[in-house]
Amino acid sequence: MPAINVNPTRQELTRLKTRLRTSIRGHKLLKDKRDELMKQFLDVVRENRALRKKVEDALMAAHGSFTVASALMSTEMLKQSLMYPKQSVELTMDFQNIMSVNVPQYHFKTRTADAGDVYPYGFAATSGALDDAVDALSGVFQDMLRLAEMEKTAQLLAEEIEKTRRRVNALEYVKIPQMQESIKYISMKLDENERSNTIRLMKVKDMLLKEAIEEKREADQEAMTAFREEEL
Amino acid sequence: MSNEKYRIAVLGDQDSVLGFKALGLDVYPAETVEAARVTLHRLARENTAIIYLTEELAAGLEHEIARYKDALTPAIILIPGKSGSLGIGMANVKKSVERAVGADILGG
Repeated sequence: MPAINVNPTRQELTRLKTRLRTSIRGHKLLKDKRDELMKQFLDVVRENRALRKKVEDALMAAHGSFTVASALMSTEMLKQSLMYPKQSVELTMDFQNIMSVNVPQYHFKTRTADAGDVYPYGFAATSGALDDAVDALSGVFQDMLRLAEMEKTAQLLAEEIEKTRRRVNALEYVKIPQMQESIKYISMKLDENERSNTIRLMKVKDMLLKEAIEEKREADQEAMTAFREEEL
Repeated sequence: MSNEKYRIAVLGDQDSVLGFKALGLDVYPAETVEAARVTLHRLARENTAIIYLTEELAAGLEHEIARYKDALTPAIILIPGKSGSLGIGMANVKKSVERAVGADILGG
């Protein structure tokens, strides 16, 4: 697609050439960025998949125990047992920068020193299955946090990769060819102008010469006739 | 900003989320998709870093989840509810691979 709407001037040509240089450099940098992001992303996603499988399995086990517990105990009793949690979790967040993408990193602190100290109820009135369920949940909680971190990272990276990939493709297949086309168009137009100018000059020179010769001939003719008349 | 305290919320039907209360997480029982939608938006505004959402509810909230996907907070993480894994969480991981690479190159 020749970009017709550019002015075929020298100034425009210089401007386009500078832009083309910048674009090619930008394209190379973005391509490197995309490749590195992709490398990081694949690592994260692999871990994400493994972690998700682990967490889902553990949670299913916990739900299993929980269902048993709710079968053995009344709903009120179950709710009452869990109503006032002994444990509480404080979460702080840091940001890590992966190739200019900010990804979260979670740090958590439990209120009681022992993270396993989670049973908010006495053991006398509750079923053992409930202990299992709570135990399983507290065991999987670390992995759940890690999963949250990984999954969010994967989502953010995926978005950035998509954006970068589009930019790389736009530069590679649209912007750069378009600029090259324009540069070619302008330089051809300029060359053409120069040639037509030369031709015009040659033509003018020819015409001037022809005129001069004709004048000279006429003058000669006149001189000849004058000379002949004198002789007679 | 790293010293700010964030909250972790668990959103799902009563039976699936009750256990998380023992861990000290904020638990928000929601029986219907509508109720979950309201709670989800409220939590997203209120300094919540992670929202664990059961897959049963997530199935009806795809639009809302997509909206928060590219934001730094909250991270909406799907967990299987009491009736078992629906595979939505895994499918989402797959989807993000497809989004980044253009095809699912990890398989399975």
